[in-house]
Order: sequence, then C-alpha cells, then structure tokens
Amino acid sequence: MEHYINLAVKAVFVENMALAFFLGMCSFLAVSRQVKTAFGLGVAVIFVLTITVPMNNLIYTRLLQPGALAWLHPSLAEQDLSFLGFLTYIGTIAAMVQIVEMTLDRFAPPLHAALGIFLPLIAVNCAILGASLFMVERSYTLAESTVFGLGSGIGWALAIIALAGIRERLRYSNPPPALRGLGLTFILVGLMALGFMAFGGVQL
Amino acid sequence: MKLLRRLLDRQAHHFEPGGRLEKLYALWEAQDTILYTPGQVTAGPSHVRDGLDLKRMMMTVVIALAGCVYMAFYNTGYQANLAIAAGAPHLDTWQTAAVEALGLGFAPDDWLACVVHGGLYYLPVLVVTMAVGGFWEMLFASVRRHEVSEGFLVTGMLFPLIMPPTVPLWQVALGVTFGVVVGKEIFGGTGMNVMNPALVGRAFLFFAYPAEHSGDTVWVAAQTSPDGVSGATLLAQATLGGSPAVTEAVNTWDAFIGLVPGSMGETSVIACLAGALVLIVTGVGSWRIMASVAVGTGAMALLLNQIGSDTNPFFDVAPAWHFLLGGWAFGTVYMATDPVSAPAAPGGQYVYGLLIGLLVVLIRVVNPAYPEGMMLAILFMNLFAPLIDWVAVQANIRRRRARHAR
Repeated sequence: MEHYINLAVKAVFVENMALAFFLGMCSFLAVSRQVKTAFGLGVAVIFVLTITVPMNNLIYTRLLQPGALAWLHPSLAEQDLSFLGFLTYIGTIAAMVQIVEMTLDRFAPPLHAALGIFLPLIAVNCAILGASLFMVERSYTLAESTVFGLGSGIGWALAIIALAGIRERLRYSNPPPALRGLGLTFILVGLMALGFMAFGGVQL
Repeated sequence: MKLLRRLLDRQAHHFEPGGRLEKLYALWEAQDTILYTPGQVTAGPSHVRDGLDLKRMMMTVVIALAGCVYMAFYNTGYQANLAIAAGAPHLDTWQTAAVEALGLGFAPDDWLACVVHGGLYYLPVLVVTMAVGGFWEMLFASVRRHEVSEGFLVTGMLFPLIMPPTVPLWQVALGVTFGVVVGKEIFGGTGMNVMNPALVGRAFLFFAYPAEHSGDTVWVAAQTSPDGVSGATLLAQATLGGSPAVTEAVNTWDAFIGLVPGSMGETSVIACLAGALVLIVTGVGSWRIMASVAVGTGAMALLLNQIGSDTNPFFDVAPAWHFLLGGWAFGTVYMATDPVSAPAAPGGQYVYGLLIGLLVVLIRVVNPAYPEGMMLAILFMNLFAPLIDWVAVQANIRRRRARHAR
C-alpha cells in the first residue's frame, strides 16, 4: 500500500508531467485561459491517462514485449514486437479519446462544447503518450501503471488549473506590451516549475 | 520645511511632461512622495476615504520588521563570535579586518562587538539589495511611466533578512534582480505579481547556487566545519538526529529568542511575534493566515508524530519545535501574509494558511534535501492563491444567485 501512495505522490508532485518534464505543453498553454475549461481538460486528461496507461501496459506485457506471445504458441516465444510500441500506444490513445469524446457529447454537452477542438488534441498530447512510455521504461506492473496514470493525470490537471487561476488574475496585470499573452505565460510556467521544485528529492 | 517645499516646487517643472528631465519623472516623484504626502485625491465616483494607503501599509511592515533587523545585527555577530570563541578560525574577509582595526575583539558576551560584527555582514547585503533592486524599480518606472511604489521597500527589507550571513554580494545582486524583474516588474509592478518577489529571488539563489545557500557551513560568519565547530542549523540537526539532537544543541529559550544559527534575520520567534502584533493590530497582516498556518503546522506535526518512522528521526519532532525552528515564524508573519500573493477572500485565507502549514511540515520531514520548508511551502501555495480566490468568488456568486432566485 505504502508503495502505491509513494508512487502516486511522486507522479503528482515530484515528477509532475507538466512542470517537471514539460510534457503536454501545447494544450497546457492553449487551454489555460479560463479555470472552467482548464478544469474540463484536466478531468479529461485524468480520465484518459487512468485508462490508457494500464491498457497499454496490458498490450505491452501480453503482446509486445520480448517473449510476450508465448501464451499463444510456444514457437512464438522468441518474438519481439516492441518495435510496434509507438504505433500501438498512439492507436490505443486515439481510440480512447474518441470514446471519451462521444461519451461527453452524449452525457455532458456543455463540457463537450467548451472543450471543442481540444479533446481530439489530447490524442496527440505528449503527456498521454509520455506516461505510457514512462510505464514501459520503468516496467510497472498493471496495478502500478493504473496508479501512475491516475497520479500523472492529477498532477497535470492540478498544474493546468493553477495556471488558469493565475492567468485569470493576470487579466488585471499590466505587463510590458512585448510580453503580453504567451510570452508572460511561458515565464509564469517557469516560475511555477520553481515552486514545484519544493518536492524534488522527497523521500517517502 | 516650507523652504524645502518651495525649493521642490520650483524644480518640479523640469520633470513634468515637456520639461527637460521628463524621463526622470519617476525618480522625482519618488523622492517627493517620500518627503511629503502627495496632495492628490481620487477624482471619481469610487472614492475610498482611508488613511491606510499603500505607502503607510508598506511602512507599517517595515516598522514591524524592526525586531528582526535588530536580531540580524546582534545574532549574526553573536553566532560568529560564539563559534570563534569555541575555536573556529576567522573568516578571511574585510569584515574581520575591520573588527580588528576597531579593536573590538570577538567576545560573544560583548554586546557592542556582536552588533558591530553582525552589522558588518548585514549592512552590505542590505545596501546591495536596496541599490540593485531600487535601480530596477526606477528603470521600469521611468521606461513604463508608472510611479515608483513603496512595495519595493518591503521586498528590500525582507530579502537581506532571509540571506545567510556569508552570502557573496554578487549573488545578492543577482537574486534581488531576479526577484524584482521576473518576480514582479514583468507583471506590471507592485500589486500585480503572482509570487512574493523576495521569495522568488531567494528560491532562485537557493536552486542556482546551493553551495552558498544550504548546507552546514554558510549560516555562521566563521569557518565552521563538520569536524570542528558546528555551524549547522537546528533544522539540519533535526533531519539527522530528530528531537534529541535539537534539545541537546539548544535550550528552548534560546531557540525562542533566536540565538541560533540561521539566516540573518529569521531566527528570532519573539521578534516575529512582536511584528505579528503590530501587523494584526494595524490590520495590515491577516491574522487568519497566521492562525491557520499555525493550526496546519501543529496538526501535521502531530499526525507525523503518530505515524512515526524507523528511518527518519524527524517524524518524532514535537509540534512545538516546528514553531521554533528555522524560518517558520518569519515566513508565517511576513511572507505568508503578503496581501498581493495571498488570497483576498477571508474563507480562502484559512485554506491557504492551513495548506502552507501542512506543506511546511511535510517538506521539512520527508524532503531531507531541503530542511527549510517554509520558503518552498509559501512559494508553492502562492501558485494556488488565485485559484483559491476564484473558488471563493464562484461560491459567492452561486450563493447570491440562490438567494435571489424566484
């Protein structure tokens, strides 16, 4: 149990997808103008990550990794399909995002309207693919990858919601003209990363 | 006084639009408002009549810092002299030469020797902070044509107090530059920044130059070493040995007064308490934040006491020690209550303070790399303050809508 809490805390704070690895930056910067939409996107990312990481874990351990096909036929024990990794993970993620979009369209039309173009954007969001690749690289088990996916999603959502809160407040600020908009946001993200460094080196 | 006013008025036209020195208006305006209260009043329908303007507010904080500044003079020298008396070699600096030239010696029980020795370390840092920070403030004010705000006075007072005594002056200049320019001015100046500028500068130095801003040898202005005279802060000792190590190193009273190694002005709990009294009575600092930080710290410390740990002795440190150690009191009173970077909604302030309290204990205990958690906890919560305010505003909108719904 302690191991999983440790893993989750690490994924949320220490190795925050957005502010420690700077993954998923395009939607992180583009959809952080309003807290409400940022919240919606954050929830979508949590949802997609929690499903795709364990799913890709299953695919990797049962189909792709060297010797994974042994359960099918003993002669396939030598096969190594891991070169198909990128393709499969992206495919799984794209399919999942489609399902999420259809579900939102059916059950939460306002949220679907608010997210609009950004939901398909998640399909090519590097944070999502990144989490699956980290899962492979660190050879997590199924349970571990579920916790890791959930934690990474929460971390990313936390970061984008905080950024949206700050950007809503920055409407009342008076930055130099050259920095208005994205320029200031980039610097802001850097300062946020400085704040998140508080957790670098946490040992649980 | 009249003479001075007339002299100023006669020169004023040079700085007003169309004058020869138009570009230096900010500089002119700054000295004018420091010497005299400006006569303009708001000329619009929203006219708040209150004597507590930004200037008076900031000056109140500076006055509330008096005790900490005194401790920066006295304790910096006292700790150095104490270490020297215990056998640590002098630092090879001009400060040592100056004390020797004055013939004061290095006796820890000689009040004057301590104050002078400490002042020789504290004052240069203060002067560099004020000069460099003031330069950036003036530059931005002149180029962007806004007025120089008194906000910098507070940043400029806070920043030297959270520096270790042995910090190189070029790093002070770099840190205050980062704090003022990136932490504040690019957002538009005082009142528009997101994070506390003094803390941004401190954190920048802390992560960029860890050798001069953490560890066991920078907190006392003498050559301390692990094998010789120890200069480790109490927090560092607590990380290694838990409660027994702290109680062995210092008695509660000394920790309360602040006669322990640490950043120059942040060690003294009693000086911060006096400052807290000033801030709360004048209404400048939020008592809600201070109280809830204390509650959060106490609760988290108690919880960690209960959980316990076989490998990490810091888990067992009693809540009372968390209040006394490191920069907790200083951060709670002067940093967490910064009205710009803290939430404005009263309910939000409780949440903000509680979370700072929880985080500071958590960072101190489970993050051995950064035993001083206060700065990082406040900086982290600064990021979420706008969000807390947003939630408070939305809740209020929902409440009012419900009240007026027919």
